[in-house]
Amino acid sequence: MTAVPTLAVDDLSVEFRTRSGVVKVLEHVGFRVDRGEKVALVGESGSGKSVTAFAVMGILDAAGRVTSGRVMFGGSDLLALSEHDLAEQRGRELSMIFQNPRTALNPIRRVGRQIADVLVRHGGATRNDAPRAAIEMLKKVRIPDPERRAEAYPFELSGGMCQRIMIAIALACRPALLIADEPTTGLDVTTQAVIMDLIGELAAESGMATIFITHDLALAAEYCDRIVVMHAGHVVEAAPARDLFSHPRHPYAAKLLAATPGETVALEHLASIPGGLPDLRRADLPPCRYAERCERRTDACAQPLPQRTVGDGHVVACWSPL
Amino acid sequence: MLTMLLSRLATAIPSIVGVVVVTFMLTRLLPGDPAAYFAGLAASPQAIAEVRTKLGLDKSLPEQFVAYVGDLLQGNLGNSLSTGQPVTFEIATRLPASAELTLVALLLAVAIAIPLGVLAAVKQGTWIDHLCRIVTTVGVSLPVFFTGLLFAYVFYYLLQWAPAPTGRLDIFLSPPTHITGFYLIDSALTGNAETFWAALRQLALPAISMAIFSLAPLARMTRGSMLAVLGSDFVRTARASGLAPRTVVFTYAFRNAVLPVITVLGMVFSFLLGANVLVETVFAWPGIGLYAVNALITSDYAPVQGFVLTMAVLYVTLNLAIDFVYGLVDPRVRLDS
Amino acid sequence: MLPLLRHARYVLSGNLVTGLAFGLFALFLFAAILGPALAPYNPLQSNAAMALKPPSAAHWFGTDQLGRDIFSRVLVATRLDLTIAFASVVLAFFLGALSGVAAGYFGGWTDRVVGRLADTIMAFPLFVLAMGIVAALGNEVINIVIATAIINFPLYARVARAEANVRRDAGFVEAARLSGNGEGRVLLGHILPNIMPIMMVQMSLTMGYAILNAAGLSFIGLGVRPPAAEWGIMVAEGANFIQSGEWWIALFPGLALMLAVFCFNLLGDGLRDIIDPRMRT
Repeated sequence: MTAVPTLAVDDLSVEFRTRSGVVKVLEHVGFRVDRGEKVALVGESGSGKSVTAFAVMGILDAAGRVTSGRVMFGGSDLLALSEHDLAEQRGRELSMIFQNPRTALNPIRRVGRQIADVLVRHGGATRNDAPRAAIEMLKKVRIPDPERRAEAYPFELSGGMCQRIMIAIALACRPALLIADEPTTGLDVTTQAVIMDLIGELAAESGMATIFITHDLALAAEYCDRIVVMHAGHVVEAAPARDLFSHPRHPYAAKLLAATPGETVALEHLASIPGGLPDLRRADLPPCRYAERCERRTDACAQPLPQRTVGDGHVVACWSPL
Repeated sequence: MLTMLLSRLATAIPSIVGVVVVTFMLTRLLPGDPAAYFAGLAASPQAIAEVRTKLGLDKSLPEQFVAYVGDLLQGNLGNSLSTGQPVTFEIATRLPASAELTLVALLLAVAIAIPLGVLAAVKQGTWIDHLCRIVTTVGVSLPVFFTGLLFAYVFYYLLQWAPAPTGRLDIFLSPPTHITGFYLIDSALTGNAETFWAALRQLALPAISMAIFSLAPLARMTRGSMLAVLGSDFVRTARASGLAPRTVVFTYAFRNAVLPVITVLGMVFSFLLGANVLVETVFAWPGIGLYAVNALITSDYAPVQGFVLTMAVLYVTLNLAIDFVYGLVDPRVRLDS
Repeated sequence: MLPLLRHARYVLSGNLVTGLAFGLFALFLFAAILGPALAPYNPLQSNAAMALKPPSAAHWFGTDQLGRDIFSRVLVATRLDLTIAFASVVLAFFLGALSGVAAGYFGGWTDRVVGRLADTIMAFPLFVLAMGIVAALGNEVINIVIATAIINFPLYARVARAEANVRRDAGFVEAARLSGNGEGRVLLGHILPNIMPIMMVQMSLTMGYAILNAAGLSFIGLGVRPPAAEWGIMVAEGANFIQSGEWWIALFPGLALMLAVFCFNLLGDGLRDIIDPRMRT
């Protein structure tokens, strides 16, 4: 924990301009990922997990704008890089895989060529030996009969196969960081486990750091070292996976945990979290965006959010933590 | 590949049957006596009776239909009243003129519309996007015969940049040796620069008039489909992999965006073949459209019928070709069949 | 209804162009209704002494080869041109909506017959088919209306079919059926009214094309016969004088035609944004 982290996100705020007003999608988001570490970003849909990843990668929609913050990676601030320099880093030093792998691949380009494109772009191979290198990558992600599969189009492959192709594209240039955005959504349960194990193994092999974005706390707990809980564009709690599970401190994290089916909670005792995410276009958003849903709300909650360290690497943004 | 070609051909058969039935019906729907119509305005009762027997109009409808299809299979479309020539021959000699005009107009429209649509999508909300909007809205609103006339007035009468709007070639020049029937190609093949230049000058105004008219659906579709593709998951993947912006826009986005544009070509051809008639009328272009219009004026029905049938068969064939090209470009279609 | 009006105002205020189109539309409507009363000259009255005069204070748009006042003729022609287009669109709507709704609702052979009919029409280049129809039916204005309606029929039938198909099993249709309504009543009383908004959009979108098509037919001498005042035929008459420099004969009817088509195209786009924002491109 003392060495220079692979990725350090600090004070990141993002706005989206829409027809009906400005949406403050992220506000002062901060977390860090160390070398070889597996970190989960967890939260409901709409909590800003994916936007955080897109902002880090510099692939936000045209409507989105970073209004503050720094994303330190490999000694430079990614947000300060030119689009050209950032494109040099993407796919080589930091990579990303997405949900719904079948739509995330170019439908009319052979998958082998899609891997080769990345290799050629980042100097991993010449045009001539790129096809061979692409087949090597297919072997690495354990695709059977890689020579033949390299010639296939995405629609000829299953969802799980497509996600392996995505992983092959992302890892082709041995990046230092992989962001996996709900990599198993849309896959069946057995394939999910295979894909997660594959990512884990390949990461361990090369010492690569990984960010998992998921709404599935159980999955996060099983595969990750640390968990960052997000709610409505805020990081509300960050802790080692074990600590978070044994003793969540933020009321929202606790509710989320109670709403997760697992060994400790029987299905019929599953809690649900009252209310929904607040409307992020509102001008009068409270400092704590969970306050309006919170049972432990006090007068102190009207103050700016604190960053309280409550344990080793355990931070919570709450005035009345559990 | 062969199976795809055959399955595509099979889908065209009902269309061809429909086209033949409709053109047959069109002649039999003539108000009054079709024989009188085919015989011409000044025909004597005797001549009318003769035509009636000759066309088989005294037989039952199914018999007439069989005879009609039999004639068609032999390439017989009847004779023109005013010239006495077989319609098939006259249409065949005029077809290259129409085809040259239509194809040049199409190439022009594609060459302008696709870059315009792509740029409008890539630079959404900028001046080029607004230009694209204006071009697409104004383009479809322009009556093609009116644009043609305006061009003729401005570029021939006022500026004298263009030659007189009277046909494919200056009357003092002789047409190039017949190879393809396309003056541009034939004169280029025979190395006749003077004729090539003259033919190009004659072709410019009618082709541009038609191109402007057919540009709108192409540009609109290119912009729309490019926007959709640029917002799609796989383009995000391509950007996240750090691929160069050029690769993302052309190799990844454009090749996918062009697929719906290919399908819209069918509509563009419908526009072009219709506009062809009007533009040929304005520029005295000796193609099949002008031939049909002249026949209409003299109530010479066989050429009109032959024209409608030829155009429809051409159109079905073009749609077939478009379908086939689409199959070649899109592996999902190619490998499914 | 109120939210729709509010949405309409939002679209209009945010879109100057659509507002402009509505203004133009009002102008054309005005000319169509009051044109003959407002025309300064008799549109059919020839005057050899005044032939081929360029625009002047007395004749704003000049005079044609017979000395007729072009401004009066352009003004008076509005009614004929818009009537032809409107009548053909209404006819296409009735033919297309009824058969399309029936095809989508009943499916089976009704669907196949309507589908084949539409496909056969679509197998022709549309303007060429319209030429053939008018040539076969005879050189009358009513036949332009019929031909234009026929070539627009497939569009209406397809939209109506798709919409009816979606609604066939919708709750409100099921409810109407269970409360003892016959199939015909369900179709006309419950499905047809529900697809009206989208059909209205379709009508305004095809109106411009209908005007163009009708004017194109009369330009090549089909349907409208001289000396009637109609934009297409007036452009055709003016075409003979372009090469000798008498531009005004063709220009003003051509401009009127262009503006009318432009106006209806913009109106169609605007109406689509108001009624169905999802269809926006």
